[in-house]
Amino acid sequence: MKNMKLNRFWGMLLFAGCITLSMGTLAWSDSDDYNKAGSKYAGEGKAEGGWGRTTGVALVTNKQYQTECSACHFAYQPSFLPERSWVKIMGGLSDHFGENAKLDEAIRVSIENYLRGNAADRIPNRYSRSFLRSIRDDATPMRISETAYFERKHDEVPARMVRDNPKVRSFANCATCHSGAEKGSFDEDGVVIPGFGSWE
Amino acid sequence: MKKYLWIIPMLLQAGAVHASEAVVQAQIVGYEQQGASGADAARGQASWNEQHMQPDLGKMVSCASCHSTDLTQAGEHMRTAKRIEPMAPSVNPERLTDPAKIEKWFGRNCEWTIGRDCTAQEKADFLAFIQSK
Repeated sequence: MKNMKLNRFWGMLLFAGCITLSMGTLAWSDSDDYNKAGSKYAGEGKAEGGWGRTTGVALVTNKQYQTECSACHFAYQPSFLPERSWVKIMGGLSDHFGENAKLDEAIRVSIENYLRGNAADRIPNRYSRSFLRSIRDDATPMRISETAYFERKHDEVPARMVRDNPKVRSFANCATCHSGAEKGSFDEDGVVIPGFGSWE
Repeated sequence: MKKYLWIIPMLLQAGAVHASEAVVQAQIVGYEQQGASGADAARGQASWNEQHMQPDLGKMVSCASCHSTDLTQAGEHMRTAKRIEPMAPSVNPERLTDPAKIEKWFGRNCEWTIGRDCTAQEKADFLAFIQSK
C-alpha cells in the first residue's frame, strides 16, 4: 500500500518534470525564432523594403544601405525620419553633414528608394508614429537628433556623457550607448554609456 | 596530417595578398592609360601626409588625419570617432581587393581632403604606397 503511494508520487514528479521541461523548450524555441528575426537586419532572406519582426524599431533590411552607409556611421533605421527627410538627405550626398558621401547614381537611387519605402510615414509602428508626431508638417529634419521626440527622450543626458565624452562624441553614434541599436532595441535598460556604465 | 593544418591559414593569407596585388596592378594599368607614368610608393607616402586646408572644418587635414600615418594601425574618423580599419593589405587583406570601392573612396576622400579630384598619377602613387604596407 505504502509502496503504491510512493510510486504514484514518483510518477507525478516525473510528469511534472516533463511538463516543465516541455514548456521550457517551448519558450526557448520561441525566443530562438525571435532572435533569428532580430539578426535579420542584414537583409538575408527578406524581400527588399520589407521589415523584420521586432518588438522595437523596424530593422534595417537592405544590404546596400547597410554596406554603403554604415561604412561611416550607424545604419539609422529608416523609420526614424519621414520620407521627405530621406529625399533631402539622399539628394545632397556631396555635402553630407560636411563630408563627401557621393555614391554611384544607380546605388544612390536604390538606397533612396529603400529609405523612402520604409520611412516613418510609410510604416505603422509606434516608434515611427512618435517621431512623426513630433515633427511639424512644414519641417524637413536632416537629423534624427533634432526631432522633438528624440530631444525629449534624451533631455536628461548631460553633455559630459555624450558631446564631451571622447568615447561617444555625438548623439549620432546610437550604437555606442544603445547596445541593442542594430537589432532595433533602444530601451533604457540596454543603455551603457562608455566611461559611465549603465544608465539606470 | 594534423601537423600540416597550419598551412591552410597561410595559404588563405597568401591568396588574399595576391588578390590585392592583382587588383592594384590592373588599376595602375588603367591610370597609365589616363596619363600616369608608373606608380611611386615614396611619392604616394609624401602626398598621404601633405596638409591641406579643409574649408568646412577650418583646419589643416591630410589622409593621415583619419587613416593615421602608420597604415598598419587602425585610424579614427576625425569627426565621428568611428574606427577605420587599417589600410595596409598586410594586416587587413580585404583592402584594395575591390576596384569599385577603391574608386568610390578616391572620389569622396580626394575631394574632401585636398579639395579636388585626385589625378591618375596621384591615385597610382597612393595605391603603390598602400600596397607596399
